[in-house]
Amino acid sequence: MPRLSADRQHSVRFELNGREVEAQAEPRMLLSDFLRHVLAMTGTHVGCEHGVCGACTVEIDGMAARACLTLAVQVEGARVRTVEALAPGPGRLSILQEAFRRHHGLQCGFCTPGILMSLDIFLRAHPAPSEIDIREYLSGHLCRCTGYAPIVAAALDAAEKLREADIIG
Amino acid sequence: MHAVTDKPPGWLGRSVERLEDAALLTGAGRFVDDIAPPPGTLAAAILRSPRAHARIGAIAIDAARRLPGVAAILTGADVAAMSAPLAAGIKAPLECWPIAIDRARYVGEPVAVVVASDRYIAEDALDLIAVSYEPLPAVVDPIAAMQPTATLLHDKLGANIASDRSFCYGDPAAQFAAAATRIAVSVRYPRNSCTPIETYGVIAEYAASDDAYDVTANFMGPLSMHPVMARALRVPGNRLRLRTPPDSGGSFGVKQGLVPYIVLIALAARLAGRPVKWIEDRLEHLSASVSATNRVTKLAAAVDADGRVRALDWDQIEDVGAHLRAPEPAALYRMHGNLTGAYDIRHVCVRNRVVLTNKTPSGLNRGFGGPQVYFALERLMQRIARELGLDPLDVIRRNLVPTGAFPYRTATGGLLDSGDYAGAIERAVAQGTLAELRARRVNARGQGRLYGIGYAAVVEPSISNMGYITTVLTAQERARAGPKNGAFATATVAFDPLGCVSVQIASTPQGQGHRTVAAQVVADVFGLAPADVRVLGELDTARDAWSIASGNYSSRFAGAVAGAVHLAAQRLAAKLKRAAATQLNVAPDDVVFAGARAQARDNRDNAMAFSRLAAATHWSPGLMDAGDHALRETVFWTPPELAAPSDADAVNSSLCHGFIFDFCGIEIDRVTGAVRVDKYVTMHDCGRVLHPGMVAGQITGGFAHALGAALYEEFAYAPDGSFLSGTFADYLVPTAMEIPQPLMLHMETPSPFTPLGAKGVGEGNCMSTPVCIANAAADALGVDQVELPLLPARLAAHFHPREEFPKGTTAATAVAIGARQGDGAMTLHGRGVVEIARVPQDVWAMLLDAKTLAAIIPGAGAIEKLSETHFRVDVTLGVGPVRGDGHALVL
Ligand code: FES
Ligand code: FES
Repeated sequence: MPRLSADRQHSVRFELNGREVEAQAEPRMLLSDFLRHVLAMTGTHVGCEHGVCGACTVEIDGMAARACLTLAVQVEGARVRTVEALAPGPGRLSILQEAFRRHHGLQCGFCTPGILMSLDIFLRAHPAPSEIDIREYLSGHLCRCTGYAPIVAAALDAAEKLREADIIG
Repeated sequence: MHAVTDKPPGWLGRSVERLEDAALLTGAGRFVDDIAPPPGTLAAAILRSPRAHARIGAIAIDAARRLPGVAAILTGADVAAMSAPLAAGIKAPLECWPIAIDRARYVGEPVAVVVASDRYIAEDALDLIAVSYEPLPAVVDPIAAMQPTATLLHDKLGANIASDRSFCYGDPAAQFAAAATRIAVSVRYPRNSCTPIETYGVIAEYAASDDAYDVTANFMGPLSMHPVMARALRVPGNRLRLRTPPDSGGSFGVKQGLVPYIVLIALAARLAGRPVKWIEDRLEHLSASVSATNRVTKLAAAVDADGRVRALDWDQIEDVGAHLRAPEPAALYRMHGNLTGAYDIRHVCVRNRVVLTNKTPSGLNRGFGGPQVYFALERLMQRIARELGLDPLDVIRRNLVPTGAFPYRTATGGLLDSGDYAGAIERAVAQGTLAELRARRVNARGQGRLYGIGYAAVVEPSISNMGYITTVLTAQERARAGPKNGAFATATVAFDPLGCVSVQIASTPQGQGHRTVAAQVVADVFGLAPADVRVLGELDTARDAWSIASGNYSSRFAGAVAGAVHLAAQRLAAKLKRAAATQLNVAPDDVVFAGARAQARDNRDNAMAFSRLAAATHWSPGLMDAGDHALRETVFWTPPELAAPSDADAVNSSLCHGFIFDFCGIEIDRVTGAVRVDKYVTMHDCGRVLHPGMVAGQITGGFAHALGAALYEEFAYAPDGSFLSGTFADYLVPTAMEIPQPLMLHMETPSPFTPLGAKGVGEGNCMSTPVCIANAAADALGVDQVELPLLPARLAAHFHPREEFPKGTTAATAVAIGARQGDGAMTLHGRGVVEIARVPQDVWAMLLDAKTLAAIIPGAGAIEKLSETHFRVDVTLGVGPVRGDGHALVL
């Protein structure tokens, strides 16, 4: 691990949504700020900056992580995915995103990117979750608008549709 | 009789997919922190008072000013020189500024604003500012604050009571004298807030050449605050341009509280000579954005032996925190017209007092005044049943406003527009299978479990009368100021030269899906699909139609704004029909719009494309009569029912009144005291339902807020005014694990007063659910008094004996870290008991030795002996990745 000096900008290279990127960050810069304000990827949201609300959740090397508790320099060499990577193409939505729209799984949409990232990762590893599995997993996220019921319904529906797509595919 | 609406064929009434969602789901939303600010924009960070009450001496900013990257530092003196106080709703010698001027009155009150090249540097600079505080005693409890000996928050006021008004309707004294009994409750509603996940954000610019401000903020209205801000900034209204971003991450009333920050950041931009952006962080939000009022209520009823209530006697003490910030004390008056709830009670007296304490100023929050009122009223109905040995549901039924009595004028002046309360209750009882729940309670109790059932019947007001707040003034004061009333909703519908439809609304949506519903409304009028209609939800006060009532509060969208959209579209439709009539050679009344075409009613082949027709006015104005051009229509709609308060203080505070009846079964764990909601049934009548999916979303969302308020959430303060709930680990917001799925039931009794028959639905559960659950807890425990939130420790105290310290430890040394009471600093509290096997003399000798003290205090650094028995110790404490420095006074 290279030694970083606190008062200097360091170059950070990593893979973001399938593309190599490189940008400068001070060692203290949060990954959430780096993504949003340096790389202009504003889909990742910041709701608390202390690791509770989950709005800033991104995928780092296949794992869900809080961008607000991660320093930008920590993703050097990593593979990072954010909400901007979920849709299969411009003007299209993923199965999970479509399920959210169908079930009114979002209102203001501020918590949504983090929840989508968590569920995207979770459903890959747990294709047939129960409602309680989903609720327990979602308990790492705060949503103030929906009361969670439509989010849980969307997640269960998406899991089913993903299983069907898997069988057909 | 209630009428069940026939669903007309069309888009309204259907759960169409939201037009907002594609962007929000792909990370393409445009929230305030996402939009590119003007080039050269600087970042602001705010230094806040760590003390609840203190005189502010010198503020040393030189070191901060020298930090590279720092552009400007704004303090109270600058703000006082550049602006005027924020106007208040009542006449009292109170000054409300957006920053502490000479004196801090709550933890978190802004003391200085640093403007720097980025937020990291701005926050670094905050650490370099040294403020000298001279502590004053703090008062946190509203009852204590009313005592003549209490410390004064605002010296010129001479007391901490900002307003004290009494009202009398009918002849309550005679009813209390004649009734069989008087039954009363005394309750406290705690402080809480709906804490949107997106915090406040402001981008402000000042153009010296024009002496004009241009501000973008995720403010939600009401726009009656625009003149308040313009006056504070000392500019004419047309020199404060206020804009809202396209998306906002929830509000629930809370983003009304941006008002002082808009002024503050605008001033910072002026001082810095550059655009300035400020994004609030979560600690700032929890400690110092805004809070619902806490309220102490005594409510008594004159009751007949059969549970019939003849009269009510309200005594409400409203704690607005450290400043009376407009539009407060609105929370105390919003429910004034419906203080009798769902009941037919003709005699009411009310005493309303507004009290100042050393806490964050209060403001809008979902339910606004409703949770406080219904917590008292519905606890009272349950108490009446308990004292008279009646079934609580029978007491509710016996007192309801009778079906067929609508529109019903309440004793305090409200006009309940429509409803069938008794019918709604019977349906809920049947469809929610209350009988089965009662059997469950019998069964559970048979097994020795703590199981209770609660009820709540609630009238949910929506579309506030802009004049209700003037009820706080006397009739003479109102006469002097001129009448205030109404609730203008605005909407603009326009055609472009390709005949496409655009809509602009001034309802500053914060996630509710207003754009989708407006598109449904317009699509129905023109025979189009919602996706054909573009709706702009962002507001620009320099360009758009707006008025004081504009904004996103009092659940006014469905009833008022969607109605205004409908009226604007209809006006255009009437003109288009006249134009089409000429071209299709039929009477205007025989033109119908369907399938994106204008066609003759009896001959569908006699038709033209809607877009061609709608474009025609642009290209061929000669086709239409002069002045009849169908290009753009703006409607300002205000309902005549919203009159100003009468000389006798009767006020119709809201246009619409929905009805909610809830019941629930809960179980309290006999060991831990934790509440499990076993079943929750919520019946709503919100008039005509425009979008069932969104109505369901409002109910599940409101229910989640209400469950949080009932069981977990409280802005807690220590007796010295220090704030104890500064993170989401302290202020407990329920997650998917805590929120059960309520059974939602509906009926539709359209409002006769709104264009589409719709009423608001966004806030009702915040009014009904906390008290419904509290009633169930009181039933489970068989007690009179329960306190919100229903924390396990509070409930367990009812069935676990008080824990005593084991004998023999009383003489041991107790160590307490913390500040003196009333000091008001942001302090860390700890308490512990350690037994030391030495004679007391030895222990004292050890403790009074600086070196020993330094060795035994964890994280101790420099130690300073202030006197023989006083030491000041610098301490560093860490929990996980969080580390803090502070000092402790050891006495
Ligand atoms: S912003 Fe990262 S968890 Fe809240
Ligand atoms: S949709 Fe608004 S916070 Fe979840």
